[in-house]
Amino acid sequence: MIVFDHVSKKYKNGSVALDDISFRVKKGEFISIVGQSGYGKSTILKLVIGEERSTKGSVFVGGQDVASLSGYDIHLLRRKVGMIFQDFRLLPKKTVYENVAFSLEVSGASNKDIEEDVPQVLNLVGLSHKSDKFPSELSGGEKQRVAIARALVDRPDILIADEPTGSLDSLNTWDVIRLLIKINELGATVVLATHNREVINMLNKRVITLDKGYIIRDEEQGRYII
Amino acid sequence: MKNIFTLFKRIMKAGISNFWRNGWLSTATVAVLSVTLFMILSLIMISVITETLIANLQSKVDVSIYFKKDAKEADILNMKNDILVLNEVKSAEYISEDDALFEFREKHSENEIIIQSLDALEENPLEASLNIKAKDPSLFGSIVATLEKEQYKEIVNKINYYENKGIIDALGVLISTIRKVGFGISVILVIIAFLVAFNTIRITIYTMREEIGIMKLVGAGNWFVRGPFVIEGLLYGLTSSLATIIIATPILFFSAPYIKDFFPGIDLFSYFNGNIFQIWLILFVISGTIGSLGSLIAMQKYLKV
Repeated sequence: MIVFDHVSKKYKNGSVALDDISFRVKKGEFISIVGQSGYGKSTILKLVIGEERSTKGSVFVGGQDVASLSGYDIHLLRRKVGMIFQDFRLLPKKTVYENVAFSLEVSGASNKDIEEDVPQVLNLVGLSHKSDKFPSELSGGEKQRVAIARALVDRPDILIADEPTGSLDSLNTWDVIRLLIKINELGATVVLATHNREVINMLNKRVITLDKGYIIRDEEQGRYII
Repeated sequence: MKNIFTLFKRIMKAGISNFWRNGWLSTATVAVLSVTLFMILSLIMISVITETLIANLQSKVDVSIYFKKDAKEADILNMKNDILVLNEVKSAEYISEDDALFEFREKHSENEIIIQSLDALEENPLEASLNIKAKDPSLFGSIVATLEKEQYKEIVNKINYYENKGIIDALGVLISTIRKVGFGISVILVIIAFLVAFNTIRITIYTMREEIGIMKLVGAGNWFVRGPFVIEGLLYGLTSSLATIIIATPILFFSAPYIKDFFPGIDLFSYFNGNIFQIWLILFVISGTIGSLGSLIAMQKYLKV
Protein backbone atom coordinates (compact mmCIF):
# COMPACT_ATOMS: atom_id res chain seq x y z
CA MET A 1 0.00 0.00 0.00
CA ILE A 2 2.77 2.39 1.00
CA VAL A 3 6.39 1.92 -0.02
CA PHE A 4 9.35 4.07 1.02
CA ASP A 5 12.34 3.21 -1.15
CA HIS A 6 15.63 4.72 0.11
CA VAL A 7 13.99 8.03 0.85
CA SER A 8 15.94 11.05 2.07
CA LYS A 9 14.52 14.47 2.81
CA LYS A 10 16.60 17.54 3.32
CA TYR A 11 14.90 20.85 4.03
CA LYS A 12 16.03 24.05 2.37
CA ASN A 13 17.61 25.29 5.60
CA GLY A 14 19.96 22.28 5.45
CA SER A 15 18.39 20.20 8.22
CA VAL A 16 18.10 16.50 7.39
CA ALA A 17 14.68 15.11 8.34
CA LEU A 18 15.01 11.64 6.83
CA ASP A 19 18.14 9.76 5.80
CA ASP A 20 17.82 6.73 3.50
CA ILE A 21 14.58 5.33 4.88
CA SER A 22 13.00 2.14 3.47
CA PHE A 23 9.88 0.32 4.62
CA ARG A 24 6.63 -1.14 3.31
CA VAL A 25 3.17 -0.99 4.73
CA LYS A 26 0.80 -3.75 3.66
CA LYS A 27 -2.88 -3.25 2.93
CA GLY A 28 -4.95 -3.39 6.10
CA GLU A 29 -1.96 -2.99 8.39
CA PHE A 30 -1.95 -0.80 11.53
CA ILE A 31 1.47 0.75 11.88
CA SER A 32 2.77 3.24 14.42
CA ILE A 33 5.70 5.55 13.84
CA VAL A 34 7.35 6.73 17.03
CA GLY A 35 10.19 9.03 17.84
CA GLN A 36 10.73 12.33 19.54
CA SER A 37 9.55 15.58 18.04
CA GLY A 38 11.69 16.71 15.15
CA TYR A 39 12.91 13.19 14.34
CA GLY A 40 11.04 12.93 11.06
CA LYS A 41 7.62 11.48 11.90
CA SER A 42 5.62 14.29 10.33
CA THR A 43 7.92 14.37 7.33
CA ILE A 44 7.05 10.75 6.54
CA LEU A 45 3.33 11.55 6.66
CA LYS A 46 3.75 14.69 4.55
CA LEU A 47 5.61 12.66 1.92
CA VAL A 48 2.71 10.19 1.76
CA ILE A 49 0.14 12.88 0.92
CA GLY A 50 2.49 14.85 -1.34
CA GLU A 51 2.66 17.88 0.92
CA GLU A 52 6.45 17.52 0.72
CA ARG A 53 8.64 15.94 -1.96
CA SER A 54 11.58 13.64 -1.20
CA THR A 55 15.08 14.84 -2.06
CA LYS A 56 16.23 11.29 -2.85
CA GLY A 57 14.44 7.97 -3.32
CA SER A 58 10.76 7.34 -4.11
CA VAL A 59 7.52 7.12 -2.18
CA PHE A 60 4.79 4.91 -3.64
CA VAL A 61 1.20 5.07 -2.48
CA GLY A 62 -1.22 2.53 -3.93
CA GLY A 63 1.36 1.76 -6.63
CA GLN A 64 1.80 5.41 -7.72
CA ASP A 65 5.05 7.31 -7.39
CA VAL A 66 3.94 10.38 -5.41
CA ALA A 67 6.75 12.53 -6.82
CA SER A 68 5.44 12.00 -10.35
CA LEU A 69 1.94 13.26 -9.57
CA SER A 70 0.81 16.65 -10.83
CA GLY A 71 -1.41 19.06 -8.87
CA TYR A 72 -4.65 17.47 -10.00
CA ASP A 73 -3.49 13.90 -9.30
CA ILE A 74 -2.26 14.99 -5.87
CA HIS A 75 -5.74 16.03 -4.97
CA LEU A 76 -7.10 12.71 -6.24
CA LEU A 77 -4.53 10.97 -4.06
CA ARG A 78 -5.63 12.96 -1.02
CA ARG A 79 -9.18 11.76 -1.53
CA LYS A 80 -7.92 8.20 -1.13
CA VAL A 81 -5.90 9.08 1.95
CA GLY A 82 -7.76 10.33 5.01
CA MET A 83 -5.78 12.48 7.37
CA ILE A 84 -6.11 13.64 10.96
CA PHE A 85 -3.84 16.04 12.81
CA GLN A 86 -2.89 17.07 16.32
CA ASP A 87 -4.51 20.49 15.76
CA PHE A 88 -7.67 18.93 14.23
CA ARG A 89 -7.70 21.33 11.24
CA LEU A 90 -11.44 21.72 11.06
CA LEU A 91 -13.00 24.50 9.03
CA PRO A 92 -14.08 26.98 11.73
CA LYS A 93 -16.92 28.53 9.75
CA LYS A 94 -18.58 25.22 8.99
CA THR A 95 -20.71 23.10 11.29
CA VAL A 96 -19.76 19.56 12.29
CA TYR A 97 -22.05 18.22 9.59
CA GLU A 98 -20.66 20.57 6.93
CA ASN A 99 -17.06 19.78 7.86
CA VAL A 100 -17.68 16.11 7.26
CA ALA A 101 -19.82 16.72 4.18
CA PHE A 102 -17.09 18.95 2.70
CA SER A 103 -14.85 15.96 2.22
CA LEU A 104 -17.55 14.32 0.09
CA GLU A 105 -18.46 17.51 -1.74
CA VAL A 106 -14.93 17.94 -3.04
CA SER A 107 -15.00 14.46 -4.51
CA GLY A 108 -18.23 15.26 -6.33
CA ALA A 109 -20.45 12.86 -4.39
CA SER A 110 -24.17 13.20 -4.98
CA ASN A 111 -26.37 14.97 -2.45
CA LYS A 112 -28.10 11.67 -1.79
CA ASP A 113 -24.82 9.96 -0.85
CA ILE A 114 -23.87 12.88 1.38
CA GLU A 115 -27.20 12.82 3.17
CA GLU A 116 -26.80 9.09 3.79
CA ASP A 117 -23.12 8.82 4.64
CA VAL A 118 -22.52 11.85 6.86
CA PRO A 119 -25.04 10.95 9.60
CA GLN A 120 -23.76 7.38 9.50
CA VAL A 121 -20.16 8.41 10.10
CA LEU A 122 -21.16 10.95 12.75
CA ASN A 123 -23.00 8.14 14.46
CA LEU A 124 -19.87 5.98 14.30
CA VAL A 125 -17.81 8.64 16.12
CA GLY A 126 -20.71 9.34 18.50
CA LEU A 127 -21.42 12.93 17.50
CA SER A 128 -24.84 12.70 15.86
CA HIS A 129 -26.29 15.03 18.47
CA LYS A 130 -23.71 17.76 17.75
CA SER A 131 -24.00 17.91 13.98
CA ASP A 132 -25.18 21.55 13.96
CA LYS A 133 -22.46 22.82 16.31
CA PHE A 134 -19.44 24.80 15.14
CA PRO A 135 -15.93 23.54 16.01
CA SER A 136 -15.48 26.36 18.54
CA GLU A 137 -18.37 24.88 20.54
CA LEU A 138 -16.72 21.45 20.86
CA SER A 139 -14.18 19.97 23.27
CA GLY A 140 -10.78 18.81 21.97
CA GLY A 141 -11.82 15.17 21.94
CA GLU A 142 -14.99 15.98 20.05
CA LYS A 143 -13.06 18.03 17.51
CA GLN A 144 -10.74 15.12 16.87
CA ARG A 145 -13.69 12.80 16.43
CA VAL A 146 -15.14 15.21 13.85
CA ALA A 147 -11.78 15.16 12.09
CA ILE A 148 -11.84 11.35 12.11
CA ALA A 149 -15.38 11.35 10.75
CA ARG A 150 -14.27 13.69 7.98
CA ALA A 151 -11.31 11.45 7.15
CA LEU A 152 -13.54 8.37 7.11
CA VAL A 153 -16.55 9.52 5.21
CA ASP A 154 -14.87 9.27 1.81
CA ARG A 155 -13.97 5.62 2.61
CA PRO A 156 -10.22 6.10 2.30
CA ASP A 157 -7.84 3.20 1.70
CA ILE A 158 -5.35 4.75 4.06
CA LEU A 159 -5.85 6.77 7.23
CA ILE A 160 -2.94 8.87 8.38
CA ALA A 161 -2.93 10.22 11.91
CA ASP A 162 -0.31 12.80 12.90
CA GLU A 163 -0.16 12.97 16.72
CA PRO A 164 -3.95 12.72 16.88
CA THR A 165 -3.94 12.50 20.68
CA GLY A 166 -1.23 15.12 21.22
CA SER A 167 -3.57 17.71 22.66
CA LEU A 168 -6.11 15.42 24.32
CA ASP A 169 -6.49 14.16 27.89
CA SER A 170 -6.19 10.43 28.51
CA LEU A 171 -9.92 9.73 28.40
CA ASN A 172 -10.29 11.35 24.98
CA THR A 173 -7.05 9.74 23.88
CA TRP A 174 -8.51 6.27 24.35
CA ASP A 175 -11.70 7.28 22.55
CA VAL A 176 -9.67 8.31 19.54
CA ILE A 177 -7.39 5.26 19.61
CA ARG A 178 -10.38 2.92 19.89
CA LEU A 179 -11.87 4.60 16.82
CA LEU A 180 -8.63 4.12 14.91
CA ILE A 181 -8.60 0.43 15.77
CA LYS A 182 -12.21 0.12 14.67
CA ILE A 183 -11.45 1.83 11.38
CA ASN A 184 -8.53 -0.52 10.85
CA GLU A 185 -10.79 -3.49 11.50
CA LEU A 186 -13.18 -2.12 8.86
CA GLY A 187 -10.36 -2.50 6.34
CA ALA A 188 -8.39 0.75 6.17
CA THR A 189 -4.62 0.87 6.45
CA VAL A 190 -3.76 3.08 9.43
CA VAL A 191 -0.50 4.96 9.90
CA LEU A 192 -0.23 6.53 13.34
CA ALA A 193 2.56 8.91 14.28
CA THR A 194 2.80 9.50 18.01
CA HIS A 195 5.11 9.79 20.97
CA ASN A 196 2.55 8.52 23.46
CA ARG A 197 4.20 5.57 25.19
CA GLU A 198 1.02 4.15 26.74
CA VAL A 199 -0.82 4.16 23.45
CA ILE A 200 1.96 2.28 21.67
CA ASN A 201 2.36 -0.30 24.37
CA MET A 202 -1.35 -0.92 24.55
CA LEU A 203 -1.77 -1.28 20.77
CA ASN A 204 0.66 -4.16 20.48
CA LYS A 205 1.00 -3.66 16.71
CA ARG A 206 3.84 -2.92 14.29
CA VAL A 207 6.09 -0.03 15.39
CA ILE A 208 8.74 1.83 13.43
CA THR A 209 11.07 3.82 15.68
CA LEU A 210 12.82 6.86 14.26
CA ASP A 211 15.90 8.53 15.66
CA LYS A 212 17.32 11.64 14.01
CA GLY A 213 16.03 10.68 10.58
CA TYR A 214 17.06 6.98 10.71
CA ILE A 215 14.90 3.91 11.33
CA ILE A 216 16.47 2.29 14.38
CA ARG A 217 13.82 -0.37 14.92
CA ASP A 218 10.97 -1.90 12.90
CA GLU A 219 9.15 -4.60 14.85
CA GLU A 220 5.87 -6.45 14.61
CA GLN A 221 4.09 -6.09 17.95
CA GLY A 222 6.62 -3.46 18.93
CA ARG A 223 6.94 -1.49 22.14
CA TYR A 224 7.84 2.11 22.82
CA ILE A 225 11.56 2.05 23.54
CA ILE A 226 13.69 5.17 23.12
CA MET B 1 -23.41 18.10 -16.83
CA LYS B 2 -25.37 17.38 -13.68
CA ASN B 3 -22.05 17.23 -11.87
CA ILE B 4 -21.05 20.71 -12.93
CA PHE B 5 -24.41 22.00 -11.83
CA THR B 6 -24.07 20.35 -8.41
CA LEU B 7 -20.53 21.71 -8.11
CA PHE B 8 -21.71 25.20 -8.99
CA LYS B 9 -24.53 24.99 -6.48
CA ARG B 10 -22.15 23.87 -3.74
CA ILE B 11 -19.73 26.68 -4.53
CA MET B 12 -22.56 29.22 -4.49
CA LYS B 13 -23.85 27.92 -1.20
CA ALA B 14 -20.41 27.90 0.41
CA GLY B 15 -19.73 31.45 -0.82
CA ILE B 16 -22.98 32.83 0.54
CA SER B 17 -22.60 31.02 3.86
CA ASN B 18 -18.98 32.24 4.25
CA PHE B 19 -20.10 35.78 3.57
CA TRP B 20 -22.82 35.51 6.19
CA ARG B 21 -20.84 33.64 8.84
CA ASN B 22 -17.79 35.87 8.52
CA GLY B 23 -19.95 38.66 9.95
CA TRP B 24 -17.46 41.22 11.16
CA LEU B 25 -14.86 40.51 8.56
CA SER B 26 -17.45 40.89 5.80
CA THR B 27 -18.77 44.08 7.36
CA ALA B 28 -15.30 45.61 7.56
CA THR B 29 -14.45 44.63 4.00
CA VAL B 30 -17.75 45.97 2.70
CA ALA B 31 -17.17 49.21 4.63
CA VAL B 32 -13.77 49.79 3.06
CA LEU B 33 -15.10 48.94 -0.40
CA SER B 34 -17.99 51.35 0.16
CA VAL B 35 -15.58 54.16 1.04
CA THR B 36 -13.68 53.40 -2.16
CA LEU B 37 -16.87 53.42 -4.19
CA PHE B 38 -18.05 56.61 -2.53
CA MET B 39 -14.86 58.30 -3.62
CA ILE B 40 -15.29 57.05 -7.17
CA LEU B 41 -18.90 58.26 -7.13
CA SER B 42 -17.72 61.68 -5.92
CA LEU B 43 -15.23 61.81 -8.79
CA ILE B 44 -18.04 60.99 -11.23
CA MET B 45 -20.16 63.79 -9.74
CA ILE B 46 -17.29 66.27 -9.83
CA SER B 47 -16.65 65.41 -13.45
CA VAL B 48 -20.36 65.99 -14.20
CA ILE B 49 -20.04 69.45 -12.63
CA THR B 50 -16.87 70.38 -14.51
CA GLU B 51 -18.14 69.01 -17.81
CA THR B 52 -21.32 71.05 -17.46
CA LEU B 53 -19.31 74.14 -16.58
CA ILE B 54 -17.02 73.60 -19.53
CA ALA B 55 -19.99 73.07 -21.84
CA ASN B 56 -21.51 76.31 -20.54
CA LEU B 57 -18.31 78.19 -21.21
CA GLN B 58 -17.92 76.71 -24.66
CA SER B 59 -21.46 77.58 -25.64
CA LYS B 60 -20.62 81.22 -24.95
CA VAL B 61 -17.72 81.27 -27.37
CA ASP B 62 -18.67 82.07 -30.94
CA VAL B 63 -17.35 83.67 -34.10
CA SER B 64 -19.44 85.99 -36.22
CA ILE B 65 -19.14 86.58 -39.94
CA TYR B 66 -20.40 90.01 -41.06
CA PHE B 67 -21.60 90.40 -44.60
CA LYS B 68 -21.33 93.27 -47.00
CA LYS B 69 -24.46 95.43 -47.36
CA ASP B 70 -24.93 94.28 -50.96
CA ALA B 71 -24.64 90.55 -50.18
CA LYS B 72 -27.71 88.59 -51.25
CA GLU B 73 -29.53 86.61 -48.60
CA ALA B 74 -29.52 83.49 -50.82
CA ASP B 75 -25.71 83.59 -51.02
CA ILE B 76 -25.47 83.95 -47.27
CA LEU B 77 -27.79 80.98 -46.71
CA ASN B 78 -25.74 78.96 -49.19
CA MET B 79 -22.65 79.76 -47.21
CA LYS B 80 -24.44 78.77 -44.02
CA ASN B 81 -25.20 75.37 -45.52
CA ASP B 82 -21.56 74.98 -46.56
CA ILE B 83 -20.51 75.75 -43.01
CA LEU B 84 -22.92 73.35 -41.39
CA VAL B 85 -21.36 70.55 -43.42
CA LEU B 86 -18.03 71.07 -41.64
CA ASN B 87 -17.29 68.53 -38.93
CA GLU B 88 -15.93 71.06 -36.49
CA VAL B 89 -19.07 73.20 -36.52
CA LYS B 90 -21.71 72.76 -33.87
CA SER B 91 -24.18 75.35 -35.09
CA ALA B 92 -24.54 78.30 -37.42
CA GLU B 93 -27.22 80.90 -36.94
CA TYR B 94 -28.23 83.46 -39.59
CA ILE B 95 -29.07 86.92 -38.32
CA SER B 96 -30.49 89.20 -40.99
CA GLU B 97 -29.98 92.98 -40.98
CA ASP B 98 -33.50 93.47 -39.62
CA ASP B 99 -33.02 90.90 -36.88
CA ALA B 100 -29.77 92.54 -35.93
CA LEU B 101 -31.40 95.94 -35.73
CA PHE B 102 -34.28 94.58 -33.71
CA GLU B 103 -31.95 92.93 -31.23
CA PHE B 104 -29.85 96.06 -31.01
CA ARG B 105 -32.86 98.18 -30.22
CA GLU B 106 -34.05 95.70 -27.62
CA LYS B 107 -30.68 95.65 -25.98
CA HIS B 108 -30.39 99.43 -25.80
CA SER B 109 -34.07 100.29 -25.36
CA GLU B 110 -33.29 102.23 -22.22
CA ASN B 111 -30.57 104.29 -23.77
CA GLU B 112 -32.26 107.39 -25.21
CA ILE B 113 -29.25 108.67 -27.10
CA ILE B 114 -28.67 105.46 -29.00
CA ILE B 115 -32.32 105.08 -29.88
CA GLN B 116 -32.54 108.68 -31.03
CA SER B 117 -29.46 108.43 -33.19
CA LEU B 118 -30.76 105.18 -34.71
CA ASP B 119 -34.02 106.89 -35.51
CA ALA B 120 -32.10 109.70 -37.10
CA LEU B 121 -30.45 107.34 -39.53
CA GLU B 122 -32.32 106.67 -42.71
CA GLU B 123 -31.11 103.15 -43.36
CA ASN B 124 -30.18 100.20 -41.18
CA PRO B 125 -26.53 100.61 -40.29
CA LEU B 126 -26.16 96.99 -39.16
CA GLU B 127 -24.92 94.13 -41.29
CA ALA B 128 -26.33 90.63 -41.67
CA SER B 129 -24.22 88.01 -39.92
CA LEU B 130 -23.70 84.32 -39.34
CA ASN B 131 -23.08 83.30 -35.78
CA ILE B 132 -20.95 80.16 -35.62
CA LYS B 133 -20.32 77.88 -32.69
CA ALA B 134 -17.65 75.21 -32.78
CA LYS B 135 -17.69 71.82 -31.14
CA ASP B 136 -14.53 72.91 -29.38
CA PRO B 137 -13.09 76.44 -29.22
CA SER B 138 -9.71 75.23 -30.47
CA LEU B 139 -11.36 74.29 -33.77
CA PHE B 140 -12.20 77.86 -34.72
CA GLY B 141 -8.84 78.30 -36.41
CA SER B 142 -9.53 75.68 -39.03
CA ILE B 143 -13.17 76.76 -39.46
CA VAL B 144 -12.12 80.34 -40.12
CA ALA B 145 -9.49 79.15 -42.58
CA THR B 146 -12.28 77.54 -44.64
CA LEU B 147 -14.37 80.68 -44.46
CA GLU B 148 -11.61 82.79 -45.92
CA LYS B 149 -11.72 80.96 -49.23
CA GLU B 150 -11.90 82.99 -52.43
CA GLN B 151 -15.54 82.07 -53.19
CA TYR B 152 -16.79 83.91 -50.12
CA LYS B 153 -14.66 87.07 -50.53
CA GLU B 154 -17.44 88.68 -52.60
CA ILE B 155 -19.95 88.75 -49.76
CA VAL B 156 -17.95 88.59 -46.51
CA ASN B 157 -17.07 91.90 -44.96
CA LYS B 158 -15.33 90.78 -41.82
CA ILE B 159 -14.82 87.82 -39.50
CA ASN B 160 -14.44 88.78 -35.87
CA TYR B 161 -12.25 85.77 -35.11
CA TYR B 162 -8.90 87.55 -34.97
CA GLU B 163 -10.11 90.15 -32.48
CA ASN B 164 -11.26 87.39 -30.12
CA LYS B 165 -8.53 84.91 -30.93
CA GLY B 166 -6.60 85.68 -27.76
CA ILE B 167 -9.55 85.00 -25.51
CA ILE B 168 -10.66 81.94 -27.44
CA ASP B 169 -7.20 80.43 -27.28
CA ALA B 170 -6.82 81.20 -23.59
CA LEU B 171 -10.15 79.56 -22.92
CA GLY B 172 -9.15 76.52 -24.92
CA VAL B 173 -5.95 76.18 -22.89
CA LEU B 174 -7.89 76.65 -19.64
CA ILE B 175 -10.42 73.95 -20.54
CA SER B 176 -7.82 71.44 -21.59
CA THR B 177 -5.79 72.17 -18.44
CA ILE B 178 -8.84 71.61 -16.24
CA ARG B 179 -9.48 68.33 -18.03
CA LYS B 180 -5.86 67.16 -17.76
CA VAL B 181 -5.45 68.11 -14.09
CA GLY B 182 -8.84 66.61 -13.26
CA PHE B 183 -7.92 63.41 -15.06
CA GLY B 184 -4.55 63.23 -13.32
CA ILE B 185 -6.04 63.74 -9.86
CA SER B 186 -8.78 61.19 -10.58
CA VAL B 187 -6.25 58.59 -11.69
CA ILE B 188 -4.14 59.10 -8.55
CA LEU B 189 -7.17 58.91 -6.26
CA VAL B 190 -8.54 55.85 -8.02
CA ILE B 191 -5.15 54.10 -7.74
CA ILE B 192 -5.00 54.86 -4.01
CA ALA B 193 -8.57 53.64 -3.56
CA PHE B 194 -7.77 50.44 -5.44
CA LEU B 195 -4.68 49.79 -3.34
CA VAL B 196 -6.58 50.30 -0.09
CA ALA B 197 -9.41 48.05 -1.25
CA PHE B 198 -7.07 45.37 -2.56
CA ASN B 199 -5.10 45.41 0.68
CA THR B 200 -8.28 44.89 2.66
CA ILE B 201 -9.12 41.90 0.51
CA ARG B 202 -5.59 40.59 1.06
CA ILE B 203 -6.01 40.82 4.82
CA THR B 204 -9.35 39.05 4.55
CA ILE B 205 -7.73 36.23 2.61
CA TYR B 206 -4.78 36.19 4.99
CA THR B 207 -7.09 35.43 7.89
CA MET B 208 -8.48 32.55 5.82
CA ARG B 209 -5.13 31.09 4.85
CA GLU B 210 -5.35 28.14 7.24
CA GLU B 211 -8.81 27.23 6.01
CA ILE B 212 -7.52 27.33 2.46
CA GLY B 213 -4.74 24.93 3.46
CA ILE B 214 -7.19 22.61 5.24
CA MET B 215 -9.49 22.50 2.21
CA LYS B 216 -6.54 21.54 0.03
CA LEU B 217 -5.44 18.82 2.45
CA VAL B 218 -8.92 17.35 2.55
CA GLY B 219 -8.65 16.95 -1.20
CA ALA B 220 -10.36 20.01 -2.65
CA GLY B 221 -9.27 21.04 -6.14
CA ASN B 222 -8.04 24.61 -6.64
CA TRP B 223 -11.30 25.80 -8.18
CA PHE B 224 -13.37 24.24 -5.46
CA VAL B 225 -11.39 26.33 -2.97
CA ARG B 226 -11.37 29.48 -5.12
CA GLY B 227 -15.04 29.33 -6.12
CA PRO B 228 -16.63 30.34 -2.81
CA PHE B 229 -14.14 33.21 -2.47
CA VAL B 230 -15.10 34.51 -5.89
CA ILE B 231 -18.77 34.37 -4.88
CA GLU B 232 -17.91 36.08 -1.59
CA GLY B 233 -16.00 38.78 -3.49
CA LEU B 234 -18.98 39.38 -5.76
CA LEU B 235 -21.20 39.64 -2.68
CA TYR B 236 -18.80 42.22 -1.20
CA GLY B 237 -19.19 44.12 -4.47
CA LEU B 238 -22.97 43.82 -4.53
CA THR B 239 -23.40 44.91 -0.91
CA SER B 240 -20.94 47.77 -1.05
CA SER B 241 -22.31 49.15 -4.33
CA LEU B 242 -25.86 49.06 -2.97
CA ALA B 243 -24.70 50.61 0.32
CA THR B 244 -22.95 53.40 -1.58
CA ILE B 245 -26.07 54.17 -3.61
CA ILE B 246 -28.24 54.11 -0.49
CA ILE B 247 -25.89 56.46 1.37
CA ALA B 248 -25.34 58.76 -1.62
CA THR B 249 -29.03 59.25 -2.41
CA PRO B 250 -29.99 61.40 0.62
CA ILE B 251 -26.63 63.21 0.57
CA LEU B 252 -27.15 64.25 -3.04
CA PHE B 253 -30.81 64.99 -2.46
CA PHE B 254 -30.05 67.49 0.29
CA SER B 255 -26.89 69.00 -1.17
CA ALA B 256 -28.11 69.35 -4.78
CA PRO B 257 -29.99 72.67 -4.12
CA TYR B 258 -26.84 74.25 -2.63
CA ILE B 259 -24.74 73.03 -5.54
CA LYS B 260 -27.35 74.47 -7.87
CA ASP B 261 -27.02 77.87 -6.16
CA PHE B 262 -23.30 77.72 -6.68
CA PHE B 263 -23.25 76.41 -10.24
CA PRO B 264 -26.51 77.41 -11.94
CA GLY B 265 -27.82 74.86 -14.38
CA ILE B 266 -26.38 71.85 -12.58
CA ASP B 267 -28.88 69.56 -10.90
CA LEU B 268 -26.77 66.74 -9.53
CA PHE B 269 -29.63 64.90 -7.92
CA SER B 270 -31.69 64.64 -11.07
CA TYR B 271 -28.59 63.53 -12.96
CA PHE B 272 -27.95 60.87 -10.29
CA ASN B 273 -31.58 59.84 -10.21
CA GLY B 274 -31.82 59.63 -13.98
CA ASN B 275 -28.70 57.46 -14.31
CA ILE B 276 -28.96 55.53 -11.06
CA PHE B 277 -28.90 52.11 -12.70
CA GLN B 278 -25.83 52.84 -14.85
CA ILE B 279 -24.05 54.40 -11.85
CA TRP B 280 -24.83 51.37 -9.70
CA LEU B 281 -23.63 49.06 -12.48
CA ILE B 282 -20.32 50.92 -12.75
CA LEU B 283 -19.83 50.77 -8.98
CA PHE B 284 -20.78 47.08 -8.86
CA VAL B 285 -18.42 46.16 -11.68
CA ILE B 286 -15.58 48.01 -9.96
CA SER B 287 -16.15 46.57 -6.48
CA GLY B 288 -17.10 43.12 -7.72
CA THR B 289 -13.86 42.99 -9.70
CA ILE B 290 -11.78 44.14 -6.75
CA GLY B 291 -13.57 41.67 -4.50
CA SER B 292 -13.39 38.56 -6.65
CA LEU B 293 -10.25 39.15 -8.70
CA GLY B 294 -8.50 40.55 -5.62
CA SER B 295 -9.36 37.39 -3.68
CA LEU B 296 -8.08 35.19 -6.49
CA ILE B 297 -4.77 37.03 -6.69
CA ALA B 298 -4.34 37.24 -2.93
CA MET B 299 -5.04 33.57 -2.29
CA GLN B 300 -2.82 32.17 -5.02
CA LYS B 301 0.15 31.60 -2.69
CA TYR B 302 -1.94 29.83 -0.06
CA LEU B 303 -3.16 27.30 -2.64
CA LYS B 304 0.28 25.75 -2.98
CA VAL B 305 -0.17 23.14 -0.28
